[in-house]
Amino acid sequence: MRVDVNAFVGAYPYRRLPGASVEGLLHAMERTGIDVAWVSHLPSVFWRDPMAGNAWLFQATASSPQLRPVPAVHPGLAGWERVLGEAADRGAPAVRCDPLYYGIDAAGPEMRVLAAACGAARRPLVVAVRLEDGRQRHVNDRVPELAAAAVRALIRSDEDVRLVITHADRGFVEEVHFGSTPEEAARLWWDVSWIWGPPEDQLETLLGTIGVDRFVFGTGQPLRIPESSVAKLDLLELPPGQRAAIESGNLAQGLAA
Amino acid sequence: MLIDVHAHFYHDRTPRADWRERNASRLEAGRKIGITIHVASILGSFGRTSPTYFPSPPDLEYGNDALLALAHDHPDAVRGYVTVNPNYTAHACAEIARCLGAGMVGIKLAASRRATDALLDPICEVAAKRGVPVLHHVWQHRRHDWPGQEASDGAELCALAARHPKVRFILAHIGGGGDWQHSLAAIRGGPGGVPNVYIDLSGSGVDGGMLEACLDAAGPERLLFGTDLTIDTGWAKLRYLERLLPPRELELVMWRNAASIFPRGAFPAD
Repeated sequence: MRVDVNAFVGAYPYRRLPGASVEGLLHAMERTGIDVAWVSHLPSVFWRDPMAGNAWLFQATASSPQLRPVPAVHPGLAGWERVLGEAADRGAPAVRCDPLYYGIDAAGPEMRVLAAACGAARRPLVVAVRLEDGRQRHVNDRVPELAAAAVRALIRSDEDVRLVITHADRGFVEEVHFGSTPEEAARLWWDVSWIWGPPEDQLETLLGTIGVDRFVFGTGQPLRIPESSVAKLDLLELPPGQRAAIESGNLAQGLAA
Repeated sequence: MLIDVHAHFYHDRTPRADWRERNASRLEAGRKIGITIHVASILGSFGRTSPTYFPSPPDLEYGNDALLALAHDHPDAVRGYVTVNPNYTAHACAEIARCLGAGMVGIKLAASRRATDALLDPICEVAAKRGVPVLHHVWQHRRHDWPGQEASDGAELCALAARHPKVRFILAHIGGGGDWQHSLAAIRGGPGGVPNVYIDLSGSGVDGGMLEACLDAAGPERLLFGTDLTIDTGWAKLRYLERLLPPRELELVMWRNAASIFPRGAFPAD
Protein backbone atom coordinates (compact mmCIF):
# COMPACT_ATOMS: atom_id res chain seq x y z
CA MET A 1 0.00 0.00 0.00
CA ARG A 2 1.40 3.37 -1.04
CA VAL A 3 -0.32 6.55 0.14
CA ASP A 4 0.62 9.96 -1.25
CA VAL A 5 -0.15 12.64 1.38
CA ASN A 6 0.84 15.48 -0.94
CA ALA A 7 -1.21 15.63 -4.12
CA PHE A 8 -3.23 18.32 -5.83
CA VAL A 9 -5.82 18.68 -8.53
CA GLY A 10 -6.58 21.77 -10.55
CA ALA A 11 -4.70 24.44 -12.43
CA TYR A 12 -1.65 26.32 -11.22
CA PRO A 13 -1.63 30.05 -11.91
CA TYR A 14 2.04 30.41 -12.80
CA ARG A 15 2.64 27.81 -15.48
CA ARG A 16 0.96 25.20 -17.64
CA LEU A 17 0.58 21.99 -15.69
CA PRO A 18 -0.17 18.71 -17.50
CA GLY A 19 -2.09 16.07 -15.60
CA ALA A 20 -3.79 18.48 -13.22
CA SER A 21 -7.26 16.98 -13.65
CA VAL A 22 -8.74 14.24 -11.49
CA GLU A 23 -8.30 11.86 -14.41
CA GLY A 24 -4.70 12.98 -14.79
CA LEU A 25 -4.02 12.35 -11.13
CA LEU A 26 -5.58 8.91 -11.25
CA HIS A 27 -3.51 8.09 -14.32
CA ALA A 28 -0.31 9.22 -12.59
CA MET A 29 -1.19 7.18 -9.51
CA GLU A 30 -1.71 4.08 -11.59
CA ARG A 31 1.57 4.76 -13.42
CA THR A 32 3.56 5.03 -10.20
CA GLY A 33 1.82 2.45 -8.05
CA ILE A 34 0.18 4.91 -5.69
CA ASP A 35 -2.90 3.35 -4.18
CA VAL A 36 -4.34 6.33 -2.30
CA ALA A 37 -3.74 10.07 -2.52
CA TRP A 38 -4.58 12.83 -0.10
CA VAL A 39 -5.75 15.50 -2.50
CA SER A 40 -6.05 19.26 -2.18
CA HIS A 41 -7.53 21.79 -4.57
CA LEU A 42 -4.61 23.71 -6.05
CA PRO A 43 -6.36 26.76 -7.53
CA SER A 44 -7.96 27.75 -4.25
CA VAL A 45 -4.59 28.04 -2.50
CA PHE A 46 -4.49 31.38 -4.29
CA TRP A 47 -8.09 32.43 -3.72
CA ARG A 48 -9.15 35.00 -1.19
CA ASP A 49 -11.43 32.35 0.26
CA PRO A 50 -9.63 29.04 -0.27
CA MET A 51 -12.50 27.24 1.44
CA ALA A 52 -14.64 28.01 -1.61
CA GLY A 53 -12.79 25.23 -3.43
CA ASN A 54 -13.76 22.57 -0.92
CA ALA A 55 -17.18 21.79 -2.38
CA TRP A 56 -15.60 21.12 -5.76
CA LEU A 57 -12.92 19.01 -4.11
CA PHE A 58 -15.44 16.87 -2.24
CA GLN A 59 -17.49 16.38 -5.38
CA ALA A 60 -14.47 15.63 -7.59
CA THR A 61 -13.13 13.00 -5.24
CA ALA A 62 -16.44 11.45 -4.24
CA SER A 63 -16.54 8.89 -7.02
CA SER A 64 -12.89 7.81 -6.65
CA PRO A 65 -12.31 5.92 -3.41
CA GLN A 66 -8.55 6.12 -3.91
CA LEU A 67 -8.73 9.92 -3.61
CA ARG A 68 -9.10 11.31 -0.10
CA PRO A 69 -10.03 15.00 0.04
CA VAL A 70 -7.94 17.33 2.17
CA PRO A 71 -10.03 20.51 2.37
CA ALA A 72 -8.57 23.94 2.97
CA VAL A 73 -9.15 25.95 6.14
CA HIS A 74 -8.58 29.69 6.39
CA PRO A 75 -8.68 30.51 10.10
CA GLY A 76 -8.94 34.21 9.38
CA LEU A 77 -12.34 33.89 7.70
CA ALA A 78 -15.63 33.49 9.52
CA GLY A 79 -17.11 30.03 9.44
CA TRP A 80 -13.86 28.15 9.14
CA GLU A 81 -14.81 25.89 12.03
CA ARG A 82 -17.50 24.33 9.85
CA VAL A 83 -14.80 22.90 7.57
CA LEU A 84 -13.45 20.77 10.38
CA GLY A 85 -16.89 19.31 10.96
CA GLU A 86 -17.44 18.77 7.28
CA ALA A 87 -14.03 17.16 6.96
CA ALA A 88 -15.07 14.61 9.56
CA ASP A 89 -18.43 14.05 7.88
CA ARG A 90 -16.79 13.56 4.49
CA GLY A 91 -14.09 11.24 5.74
CA ALA A 92 -11.25 13.62 5.02
CA PRO A 93 -8.02 12.31 6.53
CA ALA A 94 -6.75 15.83 7.29
CA VAL A 95 -7.25 19.50 6.56
CA ARG A 96 -4.70 21.88 5.06
CA CYS A 97 -3.77 25.48 5.57
CA ASP A 98 -1.38 27.62 3.53
CA PRO A 99 -1.13 30.65 5.82
CA LEU A 100 1.44 32.61 3.88
CA TYR A 101 -0.57 32.29 0.69
CA TYR A 102 -3.59 33.53 2.66
CA GLY A 103 -1.63 36.46 3.96
CA ILE A 104 -1.74 35.52 7.64
CA ASP A 105 1.03 34.96 10.15
CA ALA A 106 2.07 31.30 9.98
CA ALA A 107 2.51 31.19 13.75
CA GLY A 108 0.08 33.95 14.69
CA PRO A 109 -3.06 33.78 16.80
CA GLU A 110 -5.33 32.59 14.00
CA MET A 111 -3.05 29.66 13.22
CA ARG A 112 -2.74 28.79 16.89
CA VAL A 113 -6.51 28.68 17.21
CA LEU A 114 -6.67 26.46 14.14
CA ALA A 115 -3.98 24.19 15.53
CA ALA A 116 -5.92 23.80 18.76
CA ALA A 117 -9.14 23.12 16.89
CA CYS A 118 -7.46 20.46 14.76
CA GLY A 119 -6.05 18.92 17.90
CA ALA A 120 -9.46 18.84 19.53
CA ALA A 121 -11.06 17.43 16.39
CA ARG A 122 -8.34 14.76 16.08
CA ARG A 123 -7.74 15.98 12.55
CA PRO A 124 -4.13 16.33 11.30
CA LEU A 125 -3.18 19.66 9.76
CA VAL A 126 -1.19 19.67 6.51
CA VAL A 127 1.11 22.64 5.91
CA ALA A 128 3.50 23.09 2.97
CA VAL A 129 6.90 24.73 3.28
CA ARG A 130 6.79 25.74 -0.37
CA LEU A 131 5.12 24.69 -3.59
CA GLU A 132 7.95 25.39 -6.04
CA ASP A 133 11.71 25.85 -5.97
CA GLY A 134 12.27 29.43 -4.89
CA ARG A 135 14.74 30.00 -7.71
CA GLN A 136 12.20 29.44 -10.42
CA ARG A 137 9.06 31.03 -9.13
CA HIS A 138 7.12 33.46 -11.27
CA VAL A 139 8.24 37.04 -10.88
CA ASN A 140 4.92 37.90 -9.24
CA ASP A 141 4.89 34.85 -6.97
CA ARG A 142 6.42 36.46 -3.91
CA VAL A 143 4.86 34.54 -1.05
CA PRO A 144 7.57 33.69 1.48
CA GLU A 145 8.43 30.11 2.27
CA LEU A 146 7.25 28.72 5.59
CA ALA A 147 9.81 29.25 8.33
CA ALA A 148 10.95 26.39 10.54
CA ALA A 149 10.26 28.63 13.52
CA ALA A 150 6.59 28.72 12.59
CA VAL A 151 6.36 24.92 12.67
CA ARG A 152 8.08 24.83 16.05
CA ALA A 153 5.64 27.42 17.34
CA LEU A 154 2.61 25.56 16.02
CA ILE A 155 3.58 22.20 17.44
CA ARG A 156 4.18 23.85 20.82
CA SER A 157 0.90 25.76 20.70
CA ASP A 158 -1.34 22.79 21.40
CA GLU A 159 -0.50 19.45 22.93
CA ASP A 160 -2.90 17.55 20.71
CA VAL A 161 -2.17 19.06 17.32
CA ARG A 162 -0.56 16.78 14.74
CA LEU A 163 1.17 18.34 11.76
CA VAL A 164 2.05 16.89 8.38
CA ILE A 165 4.70 19.13 6.85
CA THR A 166 5.24 18.78 3.11
CA HIS A 167 8.04 20.01 0.81
CA ALA A 168 10.60 20.38 3.61
CA ASP A 169 14.29 19.80 2.95
CA ARG A 170 16.81 18.15 5.24
CA GLY A 171 17.88 21.31 7.04
CA PHE A 172 14.31 22.31 7.76
CA VAL A 173 13.41 18.88 9.12
CA GLU A 174 16.46 18.77 11.37
CA GLU A 175 15.93 22.28 12.67
CA VAL A 176 12.36 21.59 13.71
CA HIS A 177 12.90 18.05 14.96
CA PHE A 178 15.90 18.82 17.15
CA GLY A 179 14.35 22.12 18.16
CA SER A 180 11.37 20.29 19.62
CA THR A 181 10.91 18.07 22.62
CA PRO A 182 10.55 14.35 21.89
CA GLU A 183 6.87 14.64 22.72
CA GLU A 184 6.43 17.52 20.28
CA ALA A 185 8.49 15.82 17.57
CA ALA A 186 6.32 12.72 17.91
CA ARG A 187 3.37 14.77 16.63
CA LEU A 188 5.19 15.82 13.44
CA TRP A 189 5.31 13.91 10.17
CA TRP A 190 7.41 14.86 7.15
CA ASP A 191 6.78 13.94 3.56
CA VAL A 192 9.81 12.80 1.58
CA SER A 193 9.15 14.81 -1.57
CA TRP A 194 11.80 17.52 -1.08
CA ILE A 195 14.54 15.48 0.58
CA TRP A 196 17.45 14.41 -1.60
CA GLY A 197 18.08 10.73 -2.08
CA PRO A 198 21.13 8.87 -3.42
CA PRO A 199 23.89 9.49 -4.20
CA GLU A 200 23.46 12.16 -1.54
CA ASP A 201 22.72 10.71 1.89
CA GLN A 202 20.18 13.26 3.09
CA LEU A 203 17.13 11.02 3.28
CA GLU A 204 19.17 8.08 4.50
CA THR A 205 20.67 10.25 7.24
CA LEU A 206 17.30 11.57 8.36
CA LEU A 207 15.82 8.10 8.53
CA GLY A 208 18.68 7.17 10.82
CA THR A 209 18.86 10.28 12.99
CA ILE A 210 15.20 11.24 13.24
CA GLY A 211 13.59 7.90 12.68
CA VAL A 212 11.64 6.12 9.99
CA ASP A 213 8.44 6.60 11.94
CA ARG A 214 8.45 10.35 11.33
CA PHE A 215 8.31 10.14 7.53
CA VAL A 216 5.45 9.63 5.12
CA PHE A 217 5.29 9.24 1.38
CA GLY A 218 4.42 12.39 -0.57
CA THR A 219 5.03 13.64 -4.07
CA GLY A 220 3.72 17.16 -4.63
CA GLN A 221 2.13 15.97 -7.87
CA PRO A 222 1.28 17.30 -10.38
CA LEU A 223 3.61 20.22 -9.62
CA ARG A 224 6.32 17.57 -9.42
CA ILE A 225 6.39 14.22 -11.19
CA PRO A 226 5.56 11.52 -8.63
CA GLU A 227 8.26 9.22 -10.01
CA SER A 228 10.77 11.23 -7.97
CA SER A 229 9.56 10.12 -4.55
CA VAL A 230 9.26 6.52 -5.69
CA ALA A 231 12.75 6.57 -7.20
CA LYS A 232 14.47 7.86 -4.07
CA LEU A 233 12.91 5.08 -1.98
CA ASP A 234 13.78 2.49 -4.62
CA LEU A 235 17.41 3.64 -4.59
CA LEU A 236 17.64 3.43 -0.81
CA GLU A 237 16.65 -0.24 -0.83
CA LEU A 238 15.14 -0.04 2.64
CA PRO A 239 14.10 -3.14 4.56
CA PRO A 240 10.50 -3.96 3.59
CA GLY A 241 9.16 -3.00 7.00
CA GLN A 242 10.70 0.47 6.85
CA ARG A 243 9.52 1.02 3.31
CA ALA A 244 6.00 -0.02 4.26
CA ALA A 245 6.06 2.26 7.28
CA ILE A 246 6.90 5.29 5.15
CA GLU A 247 4.47 4.42 2.41
CA SER A 248 1.48 3.76 4.64
CA GLY A 249 2.21 2.30 8.05
CA ASN A 250 3.12 5.53 9.77
CA LEU A 251 -0.11 7.07 8.56
CA ALA A 252 -2.15 4.20 9.89
CA GLN A 253 -0.43 4.22 13.25
CA GLY A 254 0.00 7.89 13.95
CA LEU A 255 -2.23 9.91 11.73
CA ALA A 256 -5.53 8.10 11.61
CA ALA A 257 -8.17 10.76 12.00
CA MET B 1 23.05 1.83 -22.62
CA LEU B 2 22.59 4.93 -20.48
CA ILE B 3 25.00 7.86 -20.52
CA ASP B 4 24.88 10.43 -17.73
CA VAL B 5 26.26 13.61 -19.29
CA HIS B 6 26.31 15.55 -16.03
CA ALA B 7 27.98 13.86 -13.07
CA HIS B 8 30.32 15.06 -10.34
CA PHE B 9 32.85 13.36 -8.16
CA TYR B 10 34.84 14.63 -5.18
CA HIS B 11 38.39 14.27 -3.92
CA ASP B 12 40.37 14.63 -0.71
CA ARG B 13 40.81 18.40 -1.04
CA THR B 14 37.11 19.25 -1.27
CA PRO B 15 35.06 20.30 1.77
CA ARG B 16 33.32 16.95 1.92
CA ALA B 17 34.76 14.65 4.52
CA ASP B 18 32.60 11.90 3.05
CA TRP B 19 34.02 12.29 -0.46
CA ARG B 20 34.91 8.61 -0.78
CA GLU B 21 31.43 7.55 0.30
CA ARG B 22 29.79 9.97 -2.11
CA ASN B 23 31.91 8.79 -5.03
CA ALA B 24 31.11 5.18 -4.17
CA SER B 25 27.45 6.05 -3.70
CA ARG B 26 27.30 7.61 -7.17
CA LEU B 27 28.79 4.57 -8.79
CA GLU B 28 26.50 2.27 -6.81
CA ALA B 29 23.36 4.29 -7.56
CA GLY B 30 24.44 4.43 -11.19
CA ARG B 31 24.71 0.64 -11.28
CA LYS B 32 21.24 0.32 -9.80
CA ILE B 33 19.58 2.47 -12.42
CA GLY B 34 21.69 1.23 -15.31
CA ILE B 35 24.07 4.11 -15.99
CA THR B 36 26.73 2.79 -18.32
CA ILE B 37 28.99 5.83 -18.33
CA HIS B 38 29.18 8.81 -15.93
CA VAL B 39 30.59 11.79 -17.83
CA ALA B 40 31.81 13.82 -14.90
CA SER B 41 33.58 16.98 -13.86
CA ILE B 42 35.24 18.20 -10.69
CA LEU B 43 35.06 21.93 -10.10
CA GLY B 44 38.49 22.49 -8.56
CA SER B 45 38.30 22.16 -4.80
CA PHE B 46 34.52 22.77 -4.69
CA GLY B 47 35.11 25.85 -2.57
CA ARG B 48 37.70 24.63 -0.11
CA THR B 49 40.71 26.58 -1.37
CA SER B 50 39.10 28.60 -4.19
CA PRO B 51 35.45 29.28 -5.01
CA THR B 52 33.52 26.50 -6.72
CA TYR B 53 32.65 28.69 -9.66
CA PHE B 54 35.92 30.62 -9.72
CA PRO B 55 38.43 27.80 -9.28
CA SER B 56 42.12 28.65 -9.20
CA PRO B 57 44.53 27.07 -11.69
CA PRO B 58 46.16 24.83 -9.06
CA ASP B 59 42.76 23.65 -7.85
CA LEU B 60 41.64 22.99 -11.41
CA GLU B 61 44.69 20.87 -12.05
CA TYR B 62 44.20 18.93 -8.83
CA GLY B 63 40.52 18.32 -9.57
CA ASN B 64 41.16 17.33 -13.17
CA ASP B 65 43.92 14.98 -12.05
CA ALA B 66 41.59 13.41 -9.50
CA LEU B 67 39.02 12.85 -12.21
CA LEU B 68 41.61 11.34 -14.54
CA ALA B 69 42.54 8.97 -11.73
CA LEU B 70 38.89 7.99 -11.25
CA ALA B 71 38.50 7.37 -14.98
CA HIS B 72 41.65 5.28 -14.86
CA ASP B 73 40.29 3.27 -11.94
CA HIS B 74 36.87 2.85 -13.56
CA PRO B 75 37.55 2.72 -17.30
CA ASP B 76 34.23 1.00 -17.89
CA ALA B 77 32.17 3.63 -16.06
CA VAL B 78 33.77 7.09 -15.87
CA ARG B 79 34.71 9.70 -18.47
CA GLY B 80 35.78 13.25 -17.82
CA TYR B 81 35.18 16.84 -18.77
CA VAL B 82 38.22 19.02 -18.28
CA THR B 83 37.16 21.94 -16.11
CA VAL B 84 38.76 25.31 -16.84
CA ASN B 85 38.51 28.93 -15.76
CA PRO B 86 38.37 31.21 -18.84
CA ASN B 87 39.95 34.09 -16.90
CA TYR B 88 43.26 32.22 -17.19
CA THR B 89 43.27 31.79 -20.94
CA ALA B 90 46.68 30.27 -21.40
CA HIS B 91 46.19 27.90 -18.48
CA ALA B 92 42.75 26.91 -19.72
CA CYS B 93 43.99 26.07 -23.20
CA ALA B 94 46.97 24.15 -21.85
CA GLU B 95 44.78 22.26 -19.37
CA ILE B 96 42.36 21.31 -22.12
CA ALA B 97 45.21 19.99 -24.25
CA ARG B 98 46.67 18.08 -21.32
CA CYS B 99 43.43 16.47 -20.17
CA LEU B 100 42.00 15.67 -23.59
CA GLY B 101 45.35 14.10 -24.35
CA ALA B 102 44.95 12.00 -21.23
CA GLY B 103 41.55 10.75 -22.32
CA MET B 104 38.96 13.29 -21.28
CA VAL B 105 36.10 13.75 -23.72
CA GLY B 106 34.66 17.24 -23.16
CA ILE B 107 35.11 20.67 -21.62
CA LYS B 108 33.29 21.97 -18.56
CA LEU B 109 32.67 25.67 -18.14
CA ALA B 110 31.08 26.60 -14.86
CA ALA B 111 30.42 30.25 -14.04
CA SER B 112 33.76 32.02 -13.95
CA ARG B 113 32.99 34.31 -16.86
CA ARG B 114 29.72 35.19 -18.60
CA ALA B 115 29.00 33.12 -21.70
CA THR B 116 28.72 36.27 -23.78
CA ASP B 117 32.28 37.31 -22.92
CA ALA B 118 35.00 37.17 -25.56
CA LEU B 119 37.27 35.30 -23.15
CA LEU B 120 35.26 32.17 -23.86
CA ASP B 121 36.08 32.30 -27.55
CA PRO B 122 39.60 30.77 -27.37
CA ILE B 123 38.17 27.85 -25.42
CA CYS B 124 35.36 27.33 -27.88
CA GLU B 125 37.84 27.47 -30.75
CA VAL B 126 39.79 24.65 -29.11
CA ALA B 127 36.54 22.72 -28.63
CA ALA B 128 35.74 23.10 -32.33
CA LYS B 129 39.21 22.03 -33.34
CA ARG B 130 39.23 19.00 -31.04
CA GLY B 131 35.60 18.05 -31.74
CA VAL B 132 34.53 17.93 -28.10
CA PRO B 133 31.33 19.30 -26.55
CA VAL B 134 31.20 22.06 -23.97
CA LEU B 135 29.03 21.49 -20.89
CA HIS B 136 28.13 24.97 -19.66
CA HIS B 137 26.67 25.66 -16.20
CA VAL B 138 23.45 27.62 -16.63
CA TRP B 139 21.24 29.53 -14.24
CA GLN B 140 17.83 29.25 -15.88
CA HIS B 141 16.86 32.89 -16.30
CA ARG B 142 19.41 34.96 -14.50
CA ARG B 143 17.58 38.13 -13.61
CA HIS B 144 20.54 39.51 -11.69
CA ASP B 145 23.98 38.51 -10.51
CA TRP B 146 24.04 35.79 -7.89
CA PRO B 147 26.76 35.68 -5.28
CA GLY B 148 29.55 33.20 -5.81
CA GLN B 149 29.21 32.89 -9.54
CA GLU B 150 29.20 34.84 -12.79
CA ALA B 151 26.38 32.73 -14.06
CA SER B 152 24.99 32.69 -17.56
CA ASP B 153 21.46 31.90 -18.54
CA GLY B 154 20.10 30.07 -21.52
CA ALA B 155 19.89 33.14 -23.70
CA GLU B 156 23.52 34.00 -22.96
CA LEU B 157 24.65 30.47 -23.74
CA CYS B 158 22.69 30.56 -26.98
CA ALA B 159 24.53 33.75 -27.93
CA LEU B 160 27.82 31.93 -27.40
CA ALA B 161 26.55 28.98 -29.40
CA ALA B 162 25.57 31.24 -32.26
CA ARG B 163 29.14 32.60 -32.35
CA HIS B 164 30.54 29.07 -32.46
CA PRO B 165 28.18 27.07 -34.66
CA LYS B 166 30.61 24.16 -35.03
CA VAL B 167 30.72 23.52 -31.29
CA ARG B 168 28.11 21.36 -29.55
CA PHE B 169 27.04 23.02 -26.30
CA ILE B 170 25.25 21.26 -23.48
CA LEU B 171 22.95 23.56 -21.52
CA ALA B 172 23.42 22.26 -18.01
CA HIS B 173 20.75 21.00 -15.63
CA ILE B 174 17.45 22.25 -16.99
CA GLY B 175 16.05 21.03 -13.66
CA GLY B 176 18.76 22.71 -11.63
CA GLY B 177 16.82 25.71 -10.50
CA GLY B 178 15.57 28.83 -12.16
CA ASP B 179 12.99 29.49 -14.82
CA TRP B 180 13.56 26.68 -17.29
CA GLN B 181 10.90 28.06 -19.59
CA HIS B 182 13.16 31.04 -20.20
CA SER B 183 15.96 28.73 -21.33
CA LEU B 184 13.65 26.70 -23.53
CA ALA B 185 12.42 29.85 -25.24
CA ALA B 186 16.02 30.82 -25.95
CA ILE B 187 16.79 27.41 -27.43
CA ARG B 188 13.70 27.47 -29.58
CA GLY B 189 14.72 30.95 -30.70
CA GLY B 190 13.70 32.32 -34.07
CA PRO B 191 13.66 30.47 -37.38
CA GLY B 192 15.98 27.50 -37.10
CA GLY B 193 16.55 28.06 -33.41
CA VAL B 194 19.99 27.34 -32.00
CA PRO B 195 20.66 23.82 -33.30
CA ASN B 196 24.01 23.32 -31.60
CA VAL B 197 22.63 23.59 -28.05
CA TYR B 198 21.55 20.37 -26.33
CA ILE B 199 19.52 20.20 -23.13
CA ASP B 200 20.86 18.23 -20.20
CA LEU B 201 17.87 17.00 -18.17
CA SER B 202 19.73 16.85 -14.87
CA GLY B 203 19.05 18.70 -11.64
CA SER B 204 16.97 18.15 -8.55
CA GLY B 205 13.96 19.83 -10.16
CA VAL B 206 11.25 17.40 -11.27
CA ASP B 207 8.58 19.87 -12.25
CA GLY B 208 5.45 18.55 -13.84
CA GLY B 209 5.36 19.70 -17.45
CA MET B 210 9.10 20.34 -17.71
CA LEU B 211 9.89 17.27 -19.79
CA GLU B 212 6.99 17.90 -22.14
CA ALA B 213 8.22 21.48 -22.56
CA CYS B 214 11.77 20.29 -23.29
CA LEU B 215 10.48 17.97 -25.97
CA ASP B 216 8.40 20.73 -27.43
CA ALA B 217 11.35 23.14 -27.52
CA ALA B 218 14.10 20.89 -28.79
CA GLY B 219 12.65 17.53 -29.74
CA PRO B 220 14.06 14.22 -28.52
CA GLU B 221 17.07 14.71 -30.80
CA ARG B 222 18.55 17.37 -28.54
CA LEU B 223 17.79 16.03 -25.07
CA LEU B 224 20.48 14.34 -23.00
CA PHE B 225 20.02 12.21 -19.89
CA GLY B 226 21.87 13.60 -16.88
CA THR B 227 21.74 13.62 -13.11
CA ASP B 228 24.06 16.24 -11.53
CA LEU B 229 23.96 15.85 -7.73
CA THR B 230 20.77 13.81 -7.54
CA ILE B 231 20.53 10.48 -9.31
CA ASP B 232 17.09 9.85 -7.83
CA THR B 233 15.60 12.74 -9.79
CA GLY B 234 17.42 11.65 -12.95
CA TRP B 235 15.91 8.21 -12.58
CA ALA B 236 12.49 9.73 -12.01
CA LYS B 237 12.72 11.70 -15.25
CA LEU B 238 13.87 8.62 -17.11
CA ARG B 239 10.93 6.65 -15.78
CA TYR B 240 8.59 9.43 -16.83
CA LEU B 241 10.10 9.57 -20.32
CA GLU B 242 9.68 5.81 -20.67
CA ARG B 243 5.93 6.46 -20.67
CA LEU B 244 6.16 9.55 -22.85
CA LEU B 245 8.43 8.45 -25.69
CA PRO B 246 8.50 5.52 -28.09
CA PRO B 247 11.57 3.28 -27.61
CA ARG B 248 13.48 4.75 -30.54
CA GLU B 249 13.19 8.30 -29.19
CA LEU B 250 13.90 7.18 -25.64
CA GLU B 251 17.18 5.69 -26.86
CA LEU B 252 18.12 9.06 -28.28
CA VAL B 253 17.78 10.66 -24.88
CA MET B 254 19.39 7.79 -22.99
CA TRP B 255 22.57 7.61 -25.05
CA ARG B 256 22.41 8.01 -28.80
CA ASN B 257 22.38 11.81 -28.72
CA ALA B 258 25.32 11.82 -26.33
CA ALA B 259 27.23 9.38 -28.48
CA SER B 260 26.70 11.68 -31.45
CA ILE B 261 28.18 14.80 -29.82
CA PHE B 262 31.15 13.33 -27.95
CA PRO B 263 34.24 12.24 -29.85
CA ARG B 264 34.02 8.90 -31.61
CA GLY B 265 35.27 6.17 -29.35
CA ALA B 266 34.34 7.98 -26.15
CA PHE B 267 31.82 5.30 -25.23
CA PRO B 268 31.76 1.51 -25.52
CA ALA B 269 29.17 1.45 -28.30
CA ASP B 270 31.15 3.76 -30.58
